[in-house]
Amino acid sequence: MLIKIRNSWDLSDNDVTSEAHYKSRRELLKTAGIVGLGTAINLLSPSFSFAQTLKNQLANEYDGRDLTDQQTQLKAILGYNNFYEFGTEKEDPSRNAHSLKPEPWTVSVDGQCENPGTYSVEDLIDFNKLEQRIYRMRCVEAWSMVIPWVGVSLSEVINKLKPKSNAKYIYFETLVDPEQMPGQHRSVIKWPYREGLRMDEAMHPLTLMAVGLYDQKLANQNGAPLRLVVPWKYGFKGVKSIVKISFVEQKPNTSWMRLAPHEYGFYANVNPNVAHPRWSQANERRIGDFGRRDTLMFNGYGEQVAHLYDGMNLKRNF
Amino acid sequence: MIKALRKNLLRICLHLLSLIPATWLGWQVWLWVNFAAHDLTANPIEYITDFTGGWTIRFLLITLSISPLSRLTKWSLLKYRRLFGLYAFLYGLLHFLNYMVLDYYFDWPLIIEDIFKRPAISFGMMAFCLLIPLAVTSFKFVIKKMAKSWQTLHQLIYLLTIFAVIHNYMMVKADVLVPIIHGIILSFLLGYRIITRWNKQKSIFKKQLAWNNILQK
Repeated sequence: MLIKIRNSWDLSDNDVTSEAHYKSRRELLKTAGIVGLGTAINLLSPSFSFAQTLKNQLANEYDGRDLTDQQTQLKAILGYNNFYEFGTEKEDPSRNAHSLKPEPWTVSVDGQCENPGTYSVEDLIDFNKLEQRIYRMRCVEAWSMVIPWVGVSLSEVINKLKPKSNAKYIYFETLVDPEQMPGQHRSVIKWPYREGLRMDEAMHPLTLMAVGLYDQKLANQNGAPLRLVVPWKYGFKGVKSIVKISFVEQKPNTSWMRLAPHEYGFYANVNPNVAHPRWSQANERRIGDFGRRDTLMFNGYGEQVAHLYDGMNLKRNF
Repeated sequence: MIKALRKNLLRICLHLLSLIPATWLGWQVWLWVNFAAHDLTANPIEYITDFTGGWTIRFLLITLSISPLSRLTKWSLLKYRRLFGLYAFLYGLLHFLNYMVLDYYFDWPLIIEDIFKRPAISFGMMAFCLLIPLAVTSFKFVIKKMAKSWQTLHQLIYLLTIFAVIHNYMMVKADVLVPIIHGIILSFLLGYRIITRWNKQKSIFKKQLAWNNILQK
């Protein structure tokens, strides 16, 4: 059963792209079908009226569009994934993830806590407390989605495990099994995929342990059977198909930090003012849109989470 | 007519082959903007970037492999080299336009920041800029007019292909397999030229030595 609780940070429960918007765009694009040609001509002679018309239409698509947070189509959420365990192309996970067996599933818990052990998903997640949370998801690659997750606050899971006071960080690992995860036959990343949070970040009510989206169980390519969602951080913090949780005293060395420490930090908070060395983070493309939109500080969740980082230099602690 | 067709059959085939990726892309873009099912993923602009960039590098490498190939196989392939070079330019141009128009939509401050502050983009932009004079001087009458200096100018292809492969390598997030393969192919193609040039110089040097010996006697 799904109980919907409305909070200040909740995005509206609108349907996907409205019919009217869809139709107007369709008309626009029909005429703008030769966009490339028009632009090429336009570059040569800006006064050319035909090109001007096309440019106006393009401008409308880029500047006059709906900038509200429409939920991303399920098809895109299922078909466009970064989940290197199933291959490094965006379509690879949807093609290859069928070999993953999310049931039965166990999660081992160890480290500085009072209830270490091996847990089933049902032991960890109270399915009577499932909530829907519609969050923006901002990938570090400057694209974003709006996803209606189903899950429980990570804090609920953590409370069951009773961390000791010296647990300063929580650490997660994804499954390693090349038979189930064919992408692991190549060491693109040093498997397992590792992620972590500071304890106060992990206990924050926005931090979600998700088991589903769009009212369905998580698809394998989205990180079945359970994954992390931290909406104010770049998407790679959302470790998928979790098999291990540890409570640790030291800051864990996460996968992307190991791979490129000057490009990916431990915090990975969405921050339009701190560019990635290879691209700007000032804006993003919402999947389904043509143009980019401004990226918001903390992905728009600053009101809820900015206090976690009071006094911290976010340029250095990126 | 048939004779002319037969004479140019290979050329026509090469044109058609080279246009397959562009045609496929054009068709997919048409489907995309008409909201039909397409194969450009949920993020078509990113897909177009990768697709056009990949084909630019492939055509650059094909262009560079023509002279070693014709030397090794003794086939006369050199007359087709220009064709491949121009397709490299076509795909490079699509890559560039996609970046400027569809991706950043003339966001000049951001584009300028990209070009001057991010080496990964700088290399790509330098490669494309160097490709422009080569494409512009590809007309037959220009080649004739420029004569010797044309050869010198078109040696830029070595430099710009190196830039393009560096750009490719730097833009990839973690999986560097494909750019590394491109790099290996490129180093073979450049290595072959260095060796043949070195051998040529050695033989010239030997001839001179022989002449000197004769003169001294």
